[in-house]
Amino acid sequence: MKVAVIGVGCTEFGELWDKSFRSIFLEAGIEALNDCGLEGKEIGAIYVGNMSGGKFIDQEHIAALIADHAGLAEFGIPAVRVENADASGGSAFRQAYMAVASGMHEVVIAAGIEKVTDSVDPMGILSTSVDQEWERFVGANLPALYAIIARLYMHKFGTTEEDLARIAVKNHKNAVHNPKAQFRKEIKIEDVLSSEFVAEPLKVLDCAPLSDGASAVILANENTARKLCDTPVFIEACTQASDYLALQCRRDLLTMRAVSKASRDAYRIAKIDPEQIGVAEVHDSFTIAELLAYEDLGFAKKGEGAKLIREGEVEIGGKIPINPSGGLKACGHAVGATGIRQIVELVLQLRGEAGKRQVDAEKALALNVGGTGATAVVTILSR
Amino acid sequence: MVPRFWRKIKYRYDVVGSHCENCGSHYYPKREICPRCRRRGKLRDERFPDEGIILSYTVVNGKIIAMIGLNNGAKTLAEVCADKVEIGMKVKKAFRRYGEDGEAGIIYYGTKFVPSG
Amino acid sequence: MIGIVSYGTYIPKYRIKVEEIARIWGEDPEAIKSGLGVKEKSVPDLDEDTATMAVEAGREALSRAEILPEKIGAVFVGSESHPYAVKPTATIVGEALGIGNGYFCADLEFACKAATAGMQFCFAMVKAGMIDYGMSIGSDTAQAKPGDALEYTAGAGAAAIVIGKDPIAEIEATVSYTSDTPDFWRRDLQPYPSHGGRFTGAPAYFRHVTSAAKKLMEICGYSEKDFDYAVFHQPNAKFPARVANMLGFKEENIAQGMLVRAIGNTYSASSLLGLCGILDIAKPDQRVLLVSFGSGAGSDAFAIRVTDKILEYPRNAKVWDKANNGVYLDYALYLKHRRMIK
Repeated sequence: MKVAVIGVGCTEFGELWDKSFRSIFLEAGIEALNDCGLEGKEIGAIYVGNMSGGKFIDQEHIAALIADHAGLAEFGIPAVRVENADASGGSAFRQAYMAVASGMHEVVIAAGIEKVTDSVDPMGILSTSVDQEWERFVGANLPALYAIIARLYMHKFGTTEEDLARIAVKNHKNAVHNPKAQFRKEIKIEDVLSSEFVAEPLKVLDCAPLSDGASAVILANENTARKLCDTPVFIEACTQASDYLALQCRRDLLTMRAVSKASRDAYRIAKIDPEQIGVAEVHDSFTIAELLAYEDLGFAKKGEGAKLIREGEVEIGGKIPINPSGGLKACGHAVGATGIRQIVELVLQLRGEAGKRQVDAEKALALNVGGTGATAVVTILSR
Repeated sequence: MVPRFWRKIKYRYDVVGSHCENCGSHYYPKREICPRCRRRGKLRDERFPDEGIILSYTVVNGKIIAMIGLNNGAKTLAEVCADKVEIGMKVKKAFRRYGEDGEAGIIYYGTKFVPSG
Repeated sequence: MIGIVSYGTYIPKYRIKVEEIARIWGEDPEAIKSGLGVKEKSVPDLDEDTATMAVEAGREALSRAEILPEKIGAVFVGSESHPYAVKPTATIVGEALGIGNGYFCADLEFACKAATAGMQFCFAMVKAGMIDYGMSIGSDTAQAKPGDALEYTAGAGAAAIVIGKDPIAEIEATVSYTSDTPDFWRRDLQPYPSHGGRFTGAPAYFRHVTSAAKKLMEICGYSEKDFDYAVFHQPNAKFPARVANMLGFKEENIAQGMLVRAIGNTYSASSLLGLCGILDIAKPDQRVLLVSFGSGAGSDAFAIRVTDKILEYPRNAKVWDKANNGVYLDYALYLKHRRMIK
């Protein structure tokens, strides 16, 4: 059964000091419902991507909380939280997709939310996505592990810190035209290179911020979608793969096997080649992660990803525009909300509603990654 | 956290990992199941080599954290005690403190690496 | 024949010079250097302590003699800077060395002579047939109050001695001389030790060291002429030189064991590091007099005869090479390394 996205909503991403966990969820959910003219009681199920309500705001059982505060408690709609580190949003989307594709439900919500600024050490909490016993114990946090990948990548392929910086520069440039983005400000290569080291060789401006934010999308089966919506965006494939959790257990540190497996499966299911993708939102939690994504998604050969950024192929107007929203780097990384936020961006792009950052594309791909790549979710959408 | 640390002491105080007698693979950290052989695998604890080389590294919070390739093919992530390191550098294991649970809590010892000249 | 079958040592790589400490307290470094006979001392790294140094020394001892860890039947760690007030260091060592669970084990404390007491226990246990091998380790990151005279000498290091049969150096005899003499102490919960100043000399160090040495020679029927080397506890370089003189030894008998001159007083490891320095170069049939001293007070004396087995025993890296290779710290970094500033 074909499944479509018929409504999308997203809060601004950033340090939302005056907004609570409960209020940002409502904001995104109401925007999504308004987008497709639903009242709420039509919803068959709610899937919420959230990495760590327990650690960020000391609140578990957030799916029921969200259903309650969305005014849906009267309808008794089943709600489930989905956790896969910062791939929670993508995984929630996939659960929602499967619920509709299976015929179990006609209409469902897939949402993502994270409220990080109420906690003292958001990076520490995000770093619970890596192996606590064998990576965190020895002093490695998430940036440190990506830094180890980056160092080896540069050593092996001759890619430079400047190449990585170009990715951040491109994403900041794209975010200028995204009203929901955290950093709507251009930066220069020198700004990135002169920013402080977080974990050598990665610098502050190689790293996505940790942001507050919520996003929601409404999924429906084809019949319902066509009834409710003039511009349904169809899900051609939604795949997920896993890899070894700890970096030291992987044979090749420079390939995210979960990403290449999930994308190969997705291309096969959607019956397309990577060249047919017109726009992609990828998981640039660190600049090196975006570089690996170019290769592991099949847009470039291994070791040649930097060519795409050097030659402008991944910019808006290039052969394969990547992260027109500004990506995690400039739009912001609201952890569990990110995977859904990527879908929101691609739906706007395919509908032609992306304003000044509009790209011309028939097919779009989203890649949401958990931690250092032990989880990857790939979604292919089409008009 | 005390029982969680204590349970792994054998594998932290020395580089003790798993060796699969079926396929010959070495794994660090220790595994319960060989990912190559699964049900046919025969995993045994084994003390891994003292030496290895730095495959990659970072400097984070003032400490050098490196991916170390051990001489038996396994990899381990550990802190390296040195002023400066580079990819390809030879290192050997050293018994050091990783941290402590505050002034009154237990001390977390483990294996770090030092240049082996 | 029972004696030392292997030994291992560990000296941390950092040093601080007497000049640097004297600069902070406005004292004359030349007067201090000539008064103590010490020019610098060893300092542990930020992540080192008595347990980590003990493990490193123990590992070297096991690997040199290729003794399987599970053959070790007893582990004793002597120190006055055990990382825990309650909870043994020796269990950390046993676990890190992979000895298993069926071994005799205890932490020992007798100021600077706890590890030679541990050697006596191991010697007796091997002799009684209770164990095949016993390991006694002296390890200390010696505490000194900033500004106290001890600060110039309180160093860090470890030495591990494995006792068993078929040794590289036979323990011919051992005796102790013990009395209740409060020359140096640290009360419970106090961070730094206190000492009796000049009282640590004649009634404490000199009385116990000479008495133990003489008692040993009397039992064995030896005189100072029967020993090629002598090594004594080294709180500074002056005391052991003077006690050597009192017993009739010359500089050439003691120089090889005087690690204090390079790394300061390593407390529980002090006399043992000196012994290891001597074993590094000793020849078969040479005889060593070892006399430790622990405040409080007591001395353990050993007559040790080197055997032919030492010729096939690997003795690199030598203790003096470890002692002579250092990286210097300034006083602020020294305080950080000693965890006095955090």
